[in-house]
Amino acid sequence: MEYIDTRSGFGDGLLELGRKNPDILALCADLTGSLKMDKFKSEFPDRFFQVGIAEANMMGIAAGMTIGGKIPFTGTFANFSTSRVYDQIRQSIAYSGKNVKICASHSGLTLGEDGATHQVLEDIGMMKMLPGMTVINTCDYNQTKLATIAIAEIFGPVYLRFGRPKVPNFTDPNLPFEIGKGIKFNDGSDVTIICTGHLVWEAVQAAKELHNKNISCDVINVHTIKPLDNQIILDSIKKTKCVVTAEEHMINGGLGDSVAQLCSKNFPVPIEMVGVNDTFGESGKPHELLTKYGLDAKNIVSSVERVISRK
Amino acid sequence: MELVKLNNICSQVRRDILRMVHANNSGHPGGSLGCVEYFVSLYFVILKTKSQFDMNAIDEDVFILSNGHISPVYYSVMARKGFFDLKELSTFRSIDSRLQGHPTPHEGLEGVRIASGSLGQGMSVAIGCAITKKLNNEKNIIYSLHGDGELQEGQNWEAIMYASANKVDNIIATIDYNKKQIDGSTDDVLPLGNLKSKFESFGWKVLEEENGNNIESVISVLSKAKTHLFKNIPIVILLHTEMGNGVDFMMGTHKWHGSAPNDEQLDLALNQNKETLGDY
Repeated sequence: MEYIDTRSGFGDGLLELGRKNPDILALCADLTGSLKMDKFKSEFPDRFFQVGIAEANMMGIAAGMTIGGKIPFTGTFANFSTSRVYDQIRQSIAYSGKNVKICASHSGLTLGEDGATHQVLEDIGMMKMLPGMTVINTCDYNQTKLATIAIAEIFGPVYLRFGRPKVPNFTDPNLPFEIGKGIKFNDGSDVTIICTGHLVWEAVQAAKELHNKNISCDVINVHTIKPLDNQIILDSIKKTKCVVTAEEHMINGGLGDSVAQLCSKNFPVPIEMVGVNDTFGESGKPHELLTKYGLDAKNIVSSVERVISRK
Repeated sequence: MELVKLNNICSQVRRDILRMVHANNSGHPGGSLGCVEYFVSLYFVILKTKSQFDMNAIDEDVFILSNGHISPVYYSVMARKGFFDLKELSTFRSIDSRLQGHPTPHEGLEGVRIASGSLGQGMSVAIGCAITKKLNNEKNIIYSLHGDGELQEGQNWEAIMYASANKVDNIIATIDYNKKQIDGSTDDVLPLGNLKSKFESFGWKVLEEENGNNIESVISVLSKAKTHLFKNIPIVILLHTEMGNGVDFMMGTHKWHGSAPNDEQLDLALNQNKETLGDY
């Protein structure tokens, strides 16, 4: 199994896009290397814009660039892509209906040692609340690369969320990436596990462990949190009658919230949510943080056992 | 266009502003009245636009309004220019209207390309727009308008720094320099200091016009600004205006920033501004 960071998927996807479409522009706020935008920058210097440590200005410039048909991709850490510039995104991009792709690395706890100032855990919630915003959280290199290319094909603002650490690259690079469509990684009948981002790998591992305990799981990767793939989720829970959600995000406002809303309106079933429970993160190694905050396969397994007992 | 005609438009636009704000008992007459000559000069003399509105603005000039609360003057001038039906001015700030309290393209109003209202964002947008013009090899110009109090928002200075560093020289920004904001004079709220020196030290070409409510002076300074385009330096005009200009009891105070006149005050104000082109 190859280990590679999702942000490299973004960088490579952006480069490929740049070669295909001359309207693709890239903006970065002093984190070109971290966002893996160097290759785009060196191949397309005239379409790369270094804005310095000025994220609010970056969002406004990106919004303005769309007037005339360009497709700007902004790149910085997730925290600086969302909470720092929420009003700029809200007014100049979302409410103005601008075709800006907000690409965010270093999301969640797994950016690690930098600690809570940088570990935004509220970004999915903030972004999914904006009308018209598409929200995508990718799980590995292949998926991130495909998603980066796919988001240029739709008109409108998109929040693309990925991360810093090297993680298993396990999804099929030939799988088509369909925005708004979940992907089933495992078929089962006892429980539905709905997962996104880095926790997809943890969910797949949990499903293997649960298989050994004679519990069979539907594992559904919901990379697009908004618009949510209602069909794949409802079809599965009608079969399994319970669901566990897993994400590297605050429980409040995340994927779990969206799934709970969907279920309670259409097919109420017991739900357990694996996520960060109303607390800030801290410095540490990515795997240490996932363990400490209960975002690992082990906690998904125990959440599955708990949810099944509630059926 | 002859001066008489332009001044007639100004007078009518002032009536539109007053009537719109009065009709819904809400809106921002002060800054709107102060910017009438700027808008009329821009839309009727300077700005090169196509008759059919196109969001992408290919091969035409673009105007970005940053201080969106002066929407009454913006809407009136766009309607008078023919972007949409004059009658629509009567829907200002009402339910189901495309003329929202603050301008937005969200409701599909022709002429508006960006939402504004939350202050300090328009300079960045204008710069982005200017960059795209260059990438598209267009020689068209981006004009933008900003409140002076709005310069208290930090994002402006990020944008101002960026524009000169990156030689964004196809933009003419204008500051509505009326020295007033909601809570009082800018000097009382948060002094702006020497704006000319500030812009110059940030690498901008600064033009200053003392008579921002004189149509000839405004056309003249905008025309002069155009001669400085494409010289690797962004351009800003410090346009001295008077909040509430054209209505004697609204001038010399910040109190009409965001207050509507009552029936009696409307009559007094309208009497000072002749109906030249027909009320909407």
